Amino acid sequence: MIQLEGIEKVYRTERIETVALTNINMNVGEGEFISIMGPSGSGKSTLLNVIGLLDVPTGGKVALNSKPVTSYSDRNLARVRNEEIGFVFQTFHLINDLNVVDNVEIPLLYRKGISSGERRKLALRALDRVGLHARVHHFPGQLSGGQQQRVAIARAIVGNPRILLADEPTGNLDSQMGDEIMDVLRGLNENEKTTVVMVTHDPRQAEKTERVVRLFDGRQVS
Amino acid sequence: MKKALAYARATDTCVSPKSFFSCFFVLFVDEVFMLKNYLKIAFKVLLRRKFFTFISLFAISFTLIILMVATALFDNVFAPQPPEDKADRSLYVMGIRLQGPESQSTGPAGYVFLERYVRTLPNVEKVSIYTTPNVVYSFWKGGKIKSFLKRTDGEFWQIMGFRFLEGGPFTAEDEKSANFVAVINEATRRKFFGDEPAVGKMIEADGQQFRVVGVVGNVPIFRINPFADIWVPISTSKTNAYKSQLLRGEFQAAILAKSSADLPGIKSEFESRLPGVEFPDKREFNTAIGGADTMFEFASRMMIPSQQMESQPRKLLAIIISLMVLFMILPTVNLININVSRILERASEIGVRKAFGASSWTLVGQFVTENVLLTLIGGVLGFFGSQFVLKLIADSGLIPYAEFHLNYRFFVYGLLTALFFGLFSGVYPAWKMSRLHPVQALKGAGGSR
Repeated sequence: MIQLEGIEKVYRTERIETVALTNINMNVGEGEFISIMGPSGSGKSTLLNVIGLLDVPTGGKVALNSKPVTSYSDRNLARVRNEEIGFVFQTFHLINDLNVVDNVEIPLLYRKGISSGERRKLALRALDRVGLHARVHHFPGQLSGGQQQRVAIARAIVGNPRILLADEPTGNLDSQMGDEIMDVLRGLNENEKTTVVMVTHDPRQAEKTERVVRLFDGRQVS
Repeated sequence: MKKALAYARATDTCVSPKSFFSCFFVLFVDEVFMLKNYLKIAFKVLLRRKFFTFISLFAISFTLIILMVATALFDNVFAPQPPEDKADRSLYVMGIRLQGPESQSTGPAGYVFLERYVRTLPNVEKVSIYTTPNVVYSFWKGGKIKSFLKRTDGEFWQIMGFRFLEGGPFTAEDEKSANFVAVINEATRRKFFGDEPAVGKMIEADGQQFRVVGVVGNVPIFRINPFADIWVPISTSKTNAYKSQLLRGEFQAAILAKSSADLPGIKSEFESRLPGVEFPDKREFNTAIGGADTMFEFASRMMIPSQQMESQPRKLLAIIISLMVLFMILPTVNLININVSRILERASEIGVRKAFGASSWTLVGQFVTENVLLTLIGGVLGFFGSQFVLKLIADSGLIPYAEFHLNYRFFVYGLLTALFFGLFSGVYPAWKMSRLHPVQALKGAGGSR
């Protein structure tokens, strides 16, 4: 499903050059649930951003479904992100001025051929899947951290992406809420066959995934 | 062609010169498809950022209101409208400047000057000579009525297209015979006779008795040439002193050309006569400066200082347009400023939208739509605001008989200019916003690619 070959990522400024990723080779199969672990600054989030086509690697190739996407235009990358990938962030990144259902609708706004009625229906269904159907008109500020992360997951899955990328989705939550979120992610993986790639610091959560990729100083160590 | 379009869609670029417009069109149509979404998002953004929306709307609508009120005032003075409905082939000699070795005198011309140098101009259809309006008082039924009185010749009524509510104008014969007849306006009829008809009745003005022969609609004070409350023949003046006003006096003249094509010839003929003006005492004055002008040319002569009191209509127009553009730039700069400063505030939102499928083009479209929508709402508010302010000025009575009409042509120009600036003020911030790197944007930083 996801193929990374010789991925390099170097951040360059006028004075310094920071190597974030070196020679990463990785395959993620369809329906897999893997976690990426490593200490802070080891390149976990950078790797996730490269997989999610949010960041362009300095070297190497990224392929989705065997199609190389590294040379895609901004418009095509946006289309692939919209149709194939859902994101869950550590700090939720909900738009505070939009209510829950409007937040969830965002990915569908950028998909052609979906009427507003259909958009609303899909958003409500996604909220139902994460157990938040009773809070659709609340604003993010009125929800607990766990509920906000559920909204973020609903937003990530509303367009039925085949890949879900989660960047420390339980990082800002207490252990009970973290477990609840992990249950939701696992449910999506098991029931919907969604491929999940999760960055985490927490070995307890990583144990719940099928495979762990470990990074150290931008290199893949296992 | 198909290849070029596919390439355009894949790369967001139109490289083939032959198919540039087609592929640009395809990219454009793709974006237009998103318009409905842009509008929905734009409405939500404007509603949720109330303070920004208020400031921006205030700036846009206030600018349009000022622009509309200014153009309505401008129209009130310069636009061809009754009674100056032949303004397209009319010229006016509003005054002259006399210069001498040690003195200078500027103001309305003398009767003799106009009779000698204007009345005799060749190739004109008509020339009328009349006084500037003078304040006179009438003592009527124990009260005092203040009016503006203008003394005119008979041709005045043939050059000006007054709307008569009763009776008709006095004639050249009335003027020649010094008949004590008067045309009054609607407001004066009301002051003297209430709702009763006035024609055939006598009024007193400036200690003289006149028989009313006609009643016309009120003329706004800004229409300097036709404006008055009471019009009477010049020959009814209390003395014949006006006949000895050689150069400077209290008279002005209107020239009606046979066609507008004759105006330049008439102007140059009049100017060519000025060096030959006879001065009674050359030690006092020895040069006459002036011109036969349209009202706008006259305004430029008076408003733009110059040694020779030249008519500089193009310069005045350039100044007015520059001021208007400058006035329009202020809200634009304000909008650009606010929009650019909002980049950081909206960085996270931009990151989220990019992550979930918004391309840079889509975001440009969205931000530009937000600005254009804001401008259009400001335009609508400006439209109603202008109507309100103009009504307020007209009702206040500050400007006698002022009838302000919203100039729809100028409103459309104003709105188009606002729209242009709306686009202009939206494109740069939109481009800057769209260039935010999604990862940086999600971190809330404003770094761009």
